[in-house]
Amino acid sequence: MEHLSGGDILIRALKDVGVTHLWGYPGGAALHIYDAIYRQEDVVHLLVRHEQAAVHAADGFSRATGEVGTALVTSGPGATNAITGIATAYMDSIPLVVISGQVPSSKIGQDAFQETDMVGVSRPIVKHSFLVTKAEDIASTIAKAYYIASTGRPGPVVVDIPKDVTEPNRKVLYEFPSDVKMRSYQPSNTGHRGQIKRAVKTLLEAKRPVIYTGGGIVIDNASEQLTAVARKLNFPVTNTLMGLGGFPGTDKQFMGMLGMHGTFEANTAMHHADVIFAVGARFDDRVTNEIEKFCPMATIIHVDIDPTSVSKNVVADIPIVGTCNSVLREVMLLLEQSSIEQDHEALKNWWEQIDEWRQANGLYTASRYEESSGDIIKPQDVIKMLYKVTKGKAIVTSDVGQHQMFAAQYYLFDHPRQWINSGGLGTMGFGLPSAMGAKFAFPDTDVACVTGEGSIQMCIQELSACSQHNLPVKIINLNNAALGMVRQWQDMQYNSRYSQSVYEESLPDFVALAESYGHVGMKVTNFDELEDKMRECFAMKDRVVFMDICVDRSEHVYPMHMPGGSMRDLWLSKTERT
Amino acid sequence: MKRIISILLENEFGALSRVVGLFSQRGYNIDTLAVAPTDDETLSRLTLTTQGDSQMAEQIVKQLHKLIDTIKVVDLTEGPHIERELMLLKIKAQDNDSRTELKSCVEIFRGHIIDVTPASYTVQLAGDSEKLDAFIEAVSHMGIMEVVRSGVSGISRGDKFIRA
Repeated sequence: MEHLSGGDILIRALKDVGVTHLWGYPGGAALHIYDAIYRQEDVVHLLVRHEQAAVHAADGFSRATGEVGTALVTSGPGATNAITGIATAYMDSIPLVVISGQVPSSKIGQDAFQETDMVGVSRPIVKHSFLVTKAEDIASTIAKAYYIASTGRPGPVVVDIPKDVTEPNRKVLYEFPSDVKMRSYQPSNTGHRGQIKRAVKTLLEAKRPVIYTGGGIVIDNASEQLTAVARKLNFPVTNTLMGLGGFPGTDKQFMGMLGMHGTFEANTAMHHADVIFAVGARFDDRVTNEIEKFCPMATIIHVDIDPTSVSKNVVADIPIVGTCNSVLREVMLLLEQSSIEQDHEALKNWWEQIDEWRQANGLYTASRYEESSGDIIKPQDVIKMLYKVTKGKAIVTSDVGQHQMFAAQYYLFDHPRQWINSGGLGTMGFGLPSAMGAKFAFPDTDVACVTGEGSIQMCIQELSACSQHNLPVKIINLNNAALGMVRQWQDMQYNSRYSQSVYEESLPDFVALAESYGHVGMKVTNFDELEDKMRECFAMKDRVVFMDICVDRSEHVYPMHMPGGSMRDLWLSKTERT
Repeated sequence: MKRIISILLENEFGALSRVVGLFSQRGYNIDTLAVAPTDDETLSRLTLTTQGDSQMAEQIVKQLHKLIDTIKVVDLTEGPHIERELMLLKIKAQDNDSRTELKSCVEIFRGHIIDVTPASYTVQLAGDSEKLDAFIEAVSHMGIMEVVRSGVSGISRGDKFIRA
């Protein structure tokens, strides 16, 4: 048995819990910890340029791999800078552990230099938080933190450690707990068998069913089970923004994304459905549109690991609390045993109806926007080109805005964890640092950050971290010289009064900017050169390439839900509506 | 309707603030809150009252249960239960008439006078919230100087119990 200082115990405990690297930024209250990092080689530290990016990078790593991401920040401003990252992970149920230095115990409450009540400030946006009061508790707290972050409905956990607790001269016995038991936390996994039986009967008797799945499928690695159940039943599938990749995007049973910018066929099918099988989705307001008008004919089966998500927004007729994986396995088993015959005639009619909707207004049966030509580059075509050049195999991260929706609509994700975006919180600035996390996890996979000139400027300083840690991500900047989604709303709801959504002549020369960080910059102004340049971009395997692509400034994202309407009430273009 | 929710909570740093924070975060009101350690000092027992229909109460219970520090959460109003609240009042009592009236009132409500000065009586009263309200109503004309209520504590009737 070894005696170690608090700082050494922390790093040793991280190693023992399986952490190989962490993203962070040093500062006064964390310096004992940083000194402990310096003394060892098991846990690698990646220095970012802003704490928000440290958390987003850990988040991107987690979304790409399914493992818990780790970030380390100092007290005060370090801690508050991390808050946006923590809230982003919380809204999308991403397992993270964020360790923050704190002022020494004797100074807590004294308004000390760089003091912030981190446990208090982060309380509404964490799954749980700890304030460690003595070195003896560090190892057990770290074990608990990773257990809580990664089990049940995952989420971020904050561990706040006062400076005196990591003091190098006070050594205590290091003991890593062999397992974690908490009487107050025992997440349930398997759904209620009787409820699952009822669900299976309802599914087999459905005439106009839709399978609607979300981020839960991705988080729980349940896409194989989902695909098996969907194939067995021959039901149409739609994914939420967070659920893309959970079901193969190129599959004929896939109707595309649903919700505010979902496809016509997915939204319309939801509205007319008699049975909705919701798995790992939470009936977010960006999905349902006006809740009173949501899916009036549907019997709703809702599977979710989190009981509070069930019947929160939409009352479930058959609620099932359990992991997506375990419930879908059970559903599959019961489907195979069941003697109930599906109504094949009704299903055939339903599929014909859906195909009719696809032909009429679907995003994938015809082009729903004017073609690109010459110096008019349509943002949708950039995404299609990205898909073509990367053969649909890249990990795509995005920021928030029009580019995010275009990427979600037009890059058909065949695999889970291929699409990484801030769905719940909608955090601009997420794209680049999360791409760093994904690239760190998969150095041999193409990682593209689809962004806009607005979002990229919120964490652009990380171009420097990309150099330092050799993270050759590709930045696909859809530059329309305006906050596109804000401007779209201003066009549609504020009579085109562009209040604070345009940059005038203030945008930087992104090519020169990228080059100043030692990267490759490319500017694309003509559609005819897009493919060649993009191929050139992805051929440079070991370089960060910043593609600044000047896209059509007037383009809107469609379809778009009409405010106050039902799922099927959509704008299909600037002039057409359902 | 009024809901009485009982919570068994780890007696940990920040646990209470998480419970209270949840209510403001989710837009629920707390009408009363009573909290103290139990016979097991690692545990706190918390009783809180709030208003809400059954769907809202169900959400509140589920949200509370989701907090890592909560061990048991029970909506006592779902079954037979007992509620008690302690109240201390300081009331003006400067002449014989008011002293006599106040003493008889305290007797009727089965309270106690626990402190006396030439100018005031301090009264202790226990019971359910409606009884305490009724007492305040009965003595309000005499000049209430101060009211301190503990908030509701609740327990279920019969052999059912809540333990870790």
